[in-house]
Amino acid sequence: MSSPIISVENLSKRYLVGAGRDSRDGMRHALESVIRNPIKWLKQQAGRGAEKEFWALKDLSFEVHEGQVIGIIGRNGAGKSTLLKILSRITKPTSGRIHLRGRVASLLEVGTGFHPELTGRENIFLNGAILGMTRAEIVRKFDEIVAFSEVEEHLDMPVKRYSSGMYVRLAFAVAAHLEPEILVVDEVLAVGDSAFQKKCLGKMEDVSKRGRTVLFVSHNMGMVTRLCEQSILLERGRVVMMGSTETVVPHYLSNGASVETERIWTSEEDRPGNDKVRLRSVRATDSDGKTLGAVDIRKPVYIEIDYEVLRDVPRARIGFRLSTPDGTDVFTSADITNEEWRDRPRSVGRYVSRCEIPGNLLNQGAYSVTVGGDNPYVETFFLEHGVIRLEVEQTGGPGSHDRDKWQGVICPALNWNVQAYNAVSAPSR
Amino acid sequence: MPELIIEANRKERQYWRDLWTYRELFYFLAWRDLLVRYKQTVVGVAWSFIRPFLTMVVFTIVFGKLGKMPSAGVAYPLLVFTGMLPWQFFSTAISESGNSLINNSNLISKVYFPRLVVPASSVLTSLVDFLISAVFLAFLMIWYSAIPPAQIVFLPAFILFGLAISLGVGVWTAALMVRYRDFRFIVPFIVQFGLYISPVGFVSTVVPEGWRLVYFLNPIVGVIDGFRWCILGGMHELYLPGLALSLTTGTVITLGGIRYFRATESEFADII
Repeated sequence: MSSPIISVENLSKRYLVGAGRDSRDGMRHALESVIRNPIKWLKQQAGRGAEKEFWALKDLSFEVHEGQVIGIIGRNGAGKSTLLKILSRITKPTSGRIHLRGRVASLLEVGTGFHPELTGRENIFLNGAILGMTRAEIVRKFDEIVAFSEVEEHLDMPVKRYSSGMYVRLAFAVAAHLEPEILVVDEVLAVGDSAFQKKCLGKMEDVSKRGRTVLFVSHNMGMVTRLCEQSILLERGRVVMMGSTETVVPHYLSNGASVETERIWTSEEDRPGNDKVRLRSVRATDSDGKTLGAVDIRKPVYIEIDYEVLRDVPRARIGFRLSTPDGTDVFTSADITNEEWRDRPRSVGRYVSRCEIPGNLLNQGAYSVTVGGDNPYVETFFLEHGVIRLEVEQTGGPGSHDRDKWQGVICPALNWNVQAYNAVSAPSR
Repeated sequence: MPELIIEANRKERQYWRDLWTYRELFYFLAWRDLLVRYKQTVVGVAWSFIRPFLTMVVFTIVFGKLGKMPSAGVAYPLLVFTGMLPWQFFSTAISESGNSLINNSNLISKVYFPRLVVPASSVLTSLVDFLISAVFLAFLMIWYSAIPPAQIVFLPAFILFGLAISLGVGVWTAALMVRYRDFRFIVPFIVQFGLYISPVGFVSTVVPEGWRLVYFLNPIVGVIDGFRWCILGGMHELYLPGLALSLTTGTVITLGGIRYFRATESEFADII
């Protein structure tokens, strides 16, 4: 194979999060520190290492060859966006280098630079120029872009009067007609209605078939699996794994090693609770009792609540509530659903209450778990909000055929029965 | 196939080459700002006449009639307008380019291009306004039957000078504004204050002899004086030491501005 089209060598990016570097502090702070103590200020300027630093990327190295479509996966904060930003030259690395052998176009957002007051036609030109097309190029592809966007009739209307669907279609149409050697895409495909999405996905596949190199960042494992033959797994700014998507994705799902799916209170006095019952830990596990990284949408997940009864209690109810990040409660469940334990006193000792949430029930996305324990209508032992977080990943459960997740807080696999009446002829496959 | 190396310390030459490749974006941004500027306004582009015209009327009354300032043998409105023209260009250029990066922050954080394109295109937009106002000046001169002297051929040089200063101050404020939003308040202040300390409503000769040279430290004084000399001629002698001083400070400000902008530019996306 020829030399790689992208080679990344020891790439690092540091962000400084110190008081002196906070832009919101404004000039007063800067001026004040100069006036108050000029020598100290100079020293600070010289030795900025004293400030708190955060490495978004650390010693990243990998190579991409021409025509490859690479998925970049990892949890939030793993450094995916930072990597894309450096590749598209929006921000520069702190150290290391990238050698690119081709033009890069990045789609970190559709409709970047669209101006609401301008017409669709005008925005095509503006957006094209912003994405790096020349005027001649835009003129040449203009009809194609318009046809793709399906907004012909509204071309001379300010885009502020567009419906959001039209807006996004036009924006994507412009972006889709870029012809760089390297295309960097952040999750922008999840736009528009499903018919349009299909078209976008088709366009993406086209792009890769024509020998372009594509870097694709997504949380949708179904899409990554479909589009990318190779994937890179990032974790805390480092490459954890690179290889065929078929091996990287399962690895990510099982060993995401997210601390968010497990919460342990080690020291006695930190444990939430009172003099009767105290919480020891909360975990999300798979059927083998292994703490999960991310949750596979098709597989059951077990919520395990480990607690200690310090004094005999006549009755106890231990449970949890699942809610979405926007605060919608999905459901509540407690161990008194188990008849055997409903009115049974719990004597001193350690207990684990485990609940199975079946597979093909939750929707893809994040859920937070609140745990509580009480003696109903008598007293509350503990109530802890958001102790752990589940990250449900789409791997081929219900709704996986669409690019967007299906609407709703849950996405159960339900049985469907389709009956054909007066069908002319059943197409045989 | 174009090759590109991304490193912590980017090559300077690469930058200027990029700036050239992105020249179309520069026109497009200016074109966008022009298109958008008068959308949903009733009188539209007439605002480019109305603003300087009203200021001219007020200044003529305040400085000419009430203040009885010397007019150096020219109709006072004409005197004011020749000062107004470069001043208004400068002030709109610095306020527009000063805010330009913030107003385009979605672009800065999502797409790469040489950031200098943004404030520069704002200056270009202001130049268009300037040219429209210049047409008004032409009418004003016909009205007062003022014939421009031979030195009008130097006018483009002074326009260029004004352009350079506007760009210089513009990129300073744009870059500073990204980190210190305080400049959002400082710029209108400079604009308001500058109108009175620059010789817009009066001729620079009213400044006492001993302070004259110091007065030219403000590079706009050099530009305005140059404009009057080119357009009105007559009594307006060019004060060469002053002009030289203005040119020097102007150059220092502009080059310094571009340097500062270049030095901070790579951080814009992180802190904007």
